[in-house]
Amino acid sequence: MHAGKSVPLPAMTATDRSDAAALETRVRALLAEVPDPEIPVLSVLDLGIVRGIREEQGRLLVEVTPTYSGCPATEVIEESIAARLEAGGFRGAEVRRLLSPPWTTDWISDAGREKLAAFGIAPPPGSTSLRGPALPVACPGCGSTDTARLSEFGSTPCKAAYRCNACLEPFDHFKCI
Amino acid sequence: MSAPADNVVTELDSRDALEQYVLRLGDNALVLGQRLAEAMTHGPELEEELATANFALDYIGQARMYYGYAAELDGAGRDEDYFAFHRDSGEFRNFLLVEQPNGHFGDLVARQFLFESFYLLQLEALADVSDERLAAIAARAVKEIRYHLRHVSQWIVRLGDGTDESRRRIAASLAELWRFTGEPFAGDAVDTAVQRDFGGPDLERLREAWRRNVATVLNEATLEVPEDGWMDGGGRDGRHTEHFGYLLAEMQFLQRAYPDARW
Repeated sequence: MHAGKSVPLPAMTATDRSDAAALETRVRALLAEVPDPEIPVLSVLDLGIVRGIREEQGRLLVEVTPTYSGCPATEVIEESIAARLEAGGFRGAEVRRLLSPPWTTDWISDAGREKLAAFGIAPPPGSTSLRGPALPVACPGCGSTDTARLSEFGSTPCKAAYRCNACLEPFDHFKCI
Repeated sequence: MSAPADNVVTELDSRDALEQYVLRLGDNALVLGQRLAEAMTHGPELEEELATANFALDYIGQARMYYGYAAELDGAGRDEDYFAFHRDSGEFRNFLLVEQPNGHFGDLVARQFLFESFYLLQLEALADVSDERLAAIAARAVKEIRYHLRHVSQWIVRLGDGTDESRRRIAASLAELWRFTGEPFAGDAVDTAVQRDFGGPDLERLREAWRRNVATVLNEATLEVPEDGWMDGGGRDGRHTEHFGYLLAEMQFLQRAYPDARW
């Protein structure tokens, strides 16, 4: 620890970098146990909403970005993260909301996409943009891409309702933004 | 004594202008969010219930971001609940368009289409302003509104190019609401200051793009673009239509009856 004197911060050394990496590893292990309250198979890491993990003025700071402006789970997620960090030994950790850059479904991890499909929710196909043509959505049940959109809006702000024309099962699709 | 120059009263401090601008964005979002929430259980089908509920959630979420920022700029210890629940009609700065009653489904779709065709362009411009916080909120919101507008545009086409009855009714809805489409482009000192000091939207350019985009969808819907006539306005100065008081009465009832009640 530095004394309370005002000295210029030294350049980051190799040791500092490995400390930062070790901190991130520890924090990530804890965050892997914090589920999305509406899609509990996904952790906040899978969802890609954790945008920064670092120490700031002796306290742990975790930056989190909301998925949708109106997502009712935003506050619950932030509180769950703070509670898990506290229980994991990070007293007084701060969870800060970060708006920019805005979240995109592109940030859902590969592991997260697999978990979504296994859970019965079709993950966003590849990298996405509303400006481009829509990519085919595969049925999480039988894998067929012969699917039809029933509704652009689904049971939560992040989902749309689909039906598989092959196995005839309806399913949720994580909509692309 | 020399008379004060004309621009003395209209020239606005950057920060005040920004605060008022953000507050207007918040008022548009909250009032439309409340209107959409009122439409719950009145949708023509389950899928539209979900769409309307999703729209409402997005708008109320956006209103919270705008109000939270306005409160910080204001620095008077107010919070988002103050702006939503503790102001009277004359203090709300939303466009008259967003406070118009839901009516039937075609009315709701027409209102959504006309407003979001403007709001999307506004947000695209705001995503590039020099104020980082406002730019971040706009960049977040623009994705949601783009998704909404795609959905309501499909309804305009489906209703316009649908049955004689659906066509007649959506055309009437658009004609009825058309007089509220001048207000978004009638800039005042706040718009001017935000454009000048933060690189905010150029309303003339927005108007051209709006007309083009609206005409494209109406053309696909085989509908005529309504003629411009007398344009209503005043919402930005706190002069609202008669419908607005009823909306506030319902929205603010709990906080008025039980001040500062919390969940």
